[in-house]
Amino acid sequence: MSNYGAWQPVIGLEIHAQLSTQSKLFSGASTAYGAEPNTHTGPVDIALPGTLPVPNRAALDKAIRFGLAIDARIASHSVFARKNYFYPDLPKGYQISQYELPVVAEGKLAVRLDDGRTIEVAIERAHLEEDAGKSLHEEFHGATGIDLNRAGTPLLEIVSKPVLYSAAEAVAYMRTVHTLVRWLGVCDGNMQEGSFRCDANVSVRPVSSEKLGTRTEIKNVNSFRFVEKAIEYEIERQIRALENGEKIVQETRLYDPARHQTRPMRGKEDANDYRYFPDPDLPPLAVTADDIAAVRATMPELPEARRTRYIDALGLPDIDAAQLCADRATADYFEAVLATLPGEAKLAAETLNTQGAVHPDAKLVANWTLGEVSAALNEAALPIEESRVLAPALAQLLARVREGVISGKIAKDVFAAMWAGEGDADAVIEKRGLKQISDSGALAAAIDAVLAEYPTQLADFRGGNEKLLQFFVGQVMKRTRGQANPQQLNALLREKLK
Amino acid sequence: MSIDAATVRHIARLARLAVGENELAPIAGELSRVLDLADQLGAAQIDGVAPLAHPHEQTLAWRPDAVTEPDLADAFLALAPDARGGLYLVPKVLE
Amino acid sequence: MSLSITQLAQALRERKTSATELTRQALAAAKNRADLNALITLDETGALAAAERADTALKKSPASALAGIPFAHKDIFCTNGLRTTCASRMLDNFVPPYDATVVDKLAAAQAVAIGKANMDEFAMGSSNENSFYGPVKNPWDTARVPGGSSGGSAALVAAGIVPFATGTDTGGSIRQPAAFCGITGLKPTYGRVSRFGMIAFASSLDTASVLARSAEDCAQVLAAMAGHDGRDATSADRAVDDYLAALAKPLQGLRIGVAREYFGAGIDAGVGAAVQAALKQYEKLGATLVDVSLPNAALAIPAYYVIAPAEASSNLARYDGVRYGYAAKEPKSLEDLYTRTRAEGFGAEVKRRILVGTYALSAGYYDAYYLRAQRVRRLIANDFAEAFKTVDLIAGPTTPTVAFKLGEKNSDPLAMYAEDVNTVAVNLAGLPAISLPAGFSEKLPVGLQLIAPAFEEARLLNAAHQFQLASDWHAHKPEGVA
Repeated sequence: MSNYGAWQPVIGLEIHAQLSTQSKLFSGASTAYGAEPNTHTGPVDIALPGTLPVPNRAALDKAIRFGLAIDARIASHSVFARKNYFYPDLPKGYQISQYELPVVAEGKLAVRLDDGRTIEVAIERAHLEEDAGKSLHEEFHGATGIDLNRAGTPLLEIVSKPVLYSAAEAVAYMRTVHTLVRWLGVCDGNMQEGSFRCDANVSVRPVSSEKLGTRTEIKNVNSFRFVEKAIEYEIERQIRALENGEKIVQETRLYDPARHQTRPMRGKEDANDYRYFPDPDLPPLAVTADDIAAVRATMPELPEARRTRYIDALGLPDIDAAQLCADRATADYFEAVLATLPGEAKLAAETLNTQGAVHPDAKLVANWTLGEVSAALNEAALPIEESRVLAPALAQLLARVREGVISGKIAKDVFAAMWAGEGDADAVIEKRGLKQISDSGALAAAIDAVLAEYPTQLADFRGGNEKLLQFFVGQVMKRTRGQANPQQLNALLREKLK
Repeated sequence: MSIDAATVRHIARLARLAVGENELAPIAGELSRVLDLADQLGAAQIDGVAPLAHPHEQTLAWRPDAVTEPDLADAFLALAPDARGGLYLVPKVLE
Repeated sequence: MSLSITQLAQALRERKTSATELTRQALAAAKNRADLNALITLDETGALAAAERADTALKKSPASALAGIPFAHKDIFCTNGLRTTCASRMLDNFVPPYDATVVDKLAAAQAVAIGKANMDEFAMGSSNENSFYGPVKNPWDTARVPGGSSGGSAALVAAGIVPFATGTDTGGSIRQPAAFCGITGLKPTYGRVSRFGMIAFASSLDTASVLARSAEDCAQVLAAMAGHDGRDATSADRAVDDYLAALAKPLQGLRIGVAREYFGAGIDAGVGAAVQAALKQYEKLGATLVDVSLPNAALAIPAYYVIAPAEASSNLARYDGVRYGYAAKEPKSLEDLYTRTRAEGFGAEVKRRILVGTYALSAGYYDAYYLRAQRVRRLIANDFAEAFKTVDLIAGPTTPTVAFKLGEKNSDPLAMYAEDVNTVAVNLAGLPAISLPAGFSEKLPVGLQLIAPAFEEARLLNAAHQFQLASDWHAHKPEGVA
């Protein structure tokens, strides 16, 4: 299914996810982002003579975690290998990576596409390797400055098979991996900080062909949008070239977001001979069944499973479930509110109900989580973990709405007050006297006052202008500072207008 | 194994060793002799023999994930031939 | 200073001398024998300060057996604040900001380092003629080489300047200079002593240890140096044996394998004769000699000269003029910085091995060279395992010749490599071995090599010690040495 006529694009992605460990893969230096240059380095990281690598257990555990989440084979025996090349951001003159025997191999990931299809993407391998430092080209005239803070940070390189057939599929896969690594607590996915980077291998071939065309590698495209644009551009560029009778050169290219095009990288070796060999400083990695079981025991419910549960057991629409499950902290928040919400239909968050059930509060909580809470977080630039209204507090507020103590509309004001730190829902409602007016006597009095104030409109209404009902509703609401119980108001008003 | 000047040039490039044009032939000669020595390995009966990368049966021991390195930036940068503004400097690299 | 470590320790305990006094003597002797060129850096200030600390420690008993004993470190061990060059222009100005584990351990034992011993550049060589700081001379005949790469360490001990020196052995670099200089040199099992802070040559072959005048002295020092180190992932997580306690065991019943391949055509007649005589001595001590064969012995040199350069080519990639060490002046580009720094910073033998090693790992040649060599390595290790089923130790001459003349072999790399014929197999298999003085040929020392199974250093030291109780080859000194 190609949009490119006689041509089929074939894409494979190599994703480098920085593992969220405290210290580096082979040294005890800090991995924290944003420090002064070259302050997060130890003798091992600057490759002082005589220094040796000692591997970080947490990095292995995170790799296993990811492997389990993609149903992959965790190798009981794998090897660290040296990838030898010269570049100033690579202090040892080699990168410690994995070559023939990676720790994770042969996994798969279900990816939902925007058009509703789900594809299963085969993942060739995921292996551990160390990151390089950073080259800064702008700081000094005629020189490049090297910051080695990043050198040695653990990476998980996730390599898909070349089974993506459009930019849209590639980006959907990238998003799914992004959500998953954050979900698992394996990587913080912060693309601005470079924690999640993507290289795309792109080639095209005639639709009927089995053989893969020559591919180019687009390096370090670090936003979803740019990945999509870069791949699209590259596909079109290759098709144009082939249709012109040109050959595709196997090369590395960079995406230029200003010009919306890819161009060949200058100064990088096209065909580097990396002379891989097993690192003699590091005996083979052994992973036992016990190691795997220990990691498996700490695995969370995966995003797909949770999304399905929200749809099947809680009756949420797909789009809500998808949004809630884009981020584990959001899903956890949602479930915490739902679990704390008092009332008849409270369900324990983890129990799966019968198919087709509908949790009466699920939609309410989903709306609020994705609505008010989300908006407030965005404005304050906070992640949901730092929400100023915690899940139990929101649950209390929504309980008051359910109980009819306040209307949904008033609840938004109460929420704003809670966010600003004025106290919990009950305190704010009390302090501001926001309790919904359901008392028929009070309502009647307010209605009478309004009708007396607007005789012309009253006559108009009785003369047939039905639209004026909303006018009267609005006026009563104004008079009662929004606290009139809408349903009761409506009923009583209709009575009095007869 | 006889290797030629072009091969020396290629290997020297991979190893980032400057070799003068007039050194290529003598070095090629020396390396050829060493590789002749290595070619004696061709006689070995290695069918079914796995490589021995580490002399003893050993598997990797891991360390706990903890920050243990202090900030010795000044001491380290002081070792560098050219470090300024907290950065190691090299002639400009184009990408 | 011809007393053993044990004797010196006793003299110190009995206040017949002090650490400061011994250190002054060692410093004076070092200066007096500057002609040997055995030291790259003499650290008077550091040594005297350490001696003072040792004297303080000695006042409180019990002090460590090595407290106050002067020694030298091969200039391959990083010493915090003290220049460490690896005998290379590349590190001529390098002052490490940290100590190697071996340095830490000997400092903790209060031994007093007087300086850094000369060596072959980056430990590559068998004669100590490859040093940026000039060759070391053999105290037995200063027109001859001391052996390499731990030539400086061997010369210092043979000349009586210090009772022991640290060294490293990747293909024979402790044993061969020990043999040429008439002293005792121990190569430990791979992983027995930490490599952290030891500048790497060939990571799967490098070992750190000691050269001294006797097996007993070696045992004292190995006891302080050995042990697991969390900073070296190849370090053996295994308890250290009590080497001293094991020395006294009688040799009755010891089976010594005599490998016929070690007495091949290349072995000098005089060397062979001295070694055979030493083996007869072992029989008198109660040992039994057993014929053994190591069928793949001839492949050891080819395998070694593929594996060691290959690993070295990668280990030495970090020397690039960017973060420390030598840098070419006014580089015109990054490539120029790299290629000129490395061409100017490294000596000829180092460059040769980097090129060989790069080739052996390169695309199209990896299988035929590196991978094949690693498979041959297993054959060699298997040969030893097989032989050790019937014997406790394997014996042979450490070297094919006695110390050769300066300049005699250094124009032909292959002739130099052939010096390692009896030593490299031991490194390939990761086994321990010792070279002890066993006689003379042409008035020059001959070394007997004993090889043991992995982690059997105690057995080696015991066998060597018992021989040294019953003979006095190890007590011979060069002319003019007290």
